[in-house]
Amino acid sequence: MSLNLLRLFGGRNATAPVARERLQILLAHERGLLGQSDLLVTLREEILAVVSKHVALDPDKVMVKLERGKTVSTLEVDIEVPNNFDKKAPAERRMAG
Amino acid sequence: MAKVLVVTSGKGGVGKTTSTAALGAALAQSGQSVVVVDFDVGLRNLDLVMGAERRVVFDLINVVQGVAKLPQALIRDKRLENLWLLPASQTRDKDALTDEGVGRVIAELRSRFDWILCDSPAGIERGATLAMRYADEAVIVTNPEVSSVRDSDRIIGMLDSKTVRAERGERVEKHVLITRYDPARAARGEMLNIDDILEILATPLLGIIPESQDVLKASNVGTPVTLNNAESAPARAYIDASRRLMGEEVAMVVPAERKGFMNRLLGRRAA
Repeated sequence: MSLNLLRLFGGRNATAPVARERLQILLAHERGLLGQSDLLVTLREEILAVVSKHVALDPDKVMVKLERGKTVSTLEVDIEVPNNFDKKAPAERRMAG
Repeated sequence: MAKVLVVTSGKGGVGKTTSTAALGAALAQSGQSVVVVDFDVGLRNLDLVMGAERRVVFDLINVVQGVAKLPQALIRDKRLENLWLLPASQTRDKDALTDEGVGRVIAELRSRFDWILCDSPAGIERGATLAMRYADEAVIVTNPEVSSVRDSDRIIGMLDSKTVRAERGERVEKHVLITRYDPARAARGEMLNIDDILEILATPLLGIIPESQDVLKASNVGTPVTLNNAESAPARAYIDASRRLMGEEVAMVVPAERKGFMNRLLGRRAA
């Protein structure tokens, strides 16, 4: 109560709630990205390796994203492939063999 | 059993070295044998804050590389006989430290001391990861300020993933130490308050060190704040924090300065 009154009187100076909110939003985002960074890098590399066996890929067009939810998290894998990938694949395979 | 405690933060200038010296001295004052280890290779400062800068002969790197034996590098505090310093090198760079070498030195320190306090460099690179690598416990020094809280969050994530304990599936016991806290500004809503910080970091509180001129006074003369003026507000806060580290239950209060006019007039002495 007294704290609320203080905040009411010092309303113009009460920047701490802004700091708190900015941090909460920022950290919710960063924990999702940074906390799992090693895992995501590994996943990205391995997915890239598997798909590249069959399809010629631009490594920059492979996105791996992990979003943390309250009960479950979602792993989003977004791979952009060129339109003629199915024609290129056998050639790649012959080369590899 | 010996405990390895890393004092870390991510962000620089929040009070890691001050806190390492103050907690180390406070633990030693209560009879524990303590070594404070400077991991800030190239930018050492723990020697200066401890007042031992002119007594450094060998350092952590020399011991890691086998140039000197551990007892040759350890410096005994002039005021407390059970407080020791293992300084960092001023001339080498952080790459001179190896995981295996640090592990060996820490193991040897464990056999000699009750507490091994590792003063981490700022940042999240090699020096900082090696300082936390063998820790059983961690003190995350945090200022009530957005950039410090963000970096603390990052460091907490590293403590949970990059330490030997984490890799074994065990936990590093983590504590937040809030420094430079100004209760009046927090009450006016100008500064993040304790509850905000703890809720965001979701880590238990070790202590609250109030903003105080005594901290600079102590470092000016090269004495840990708990030794320089044990009655000062930050010293009392650090002493309380050290007792919590030893497992005591100590009520969480923000010690206030005692030189207020009314207090003097009434000759009051707080407990």
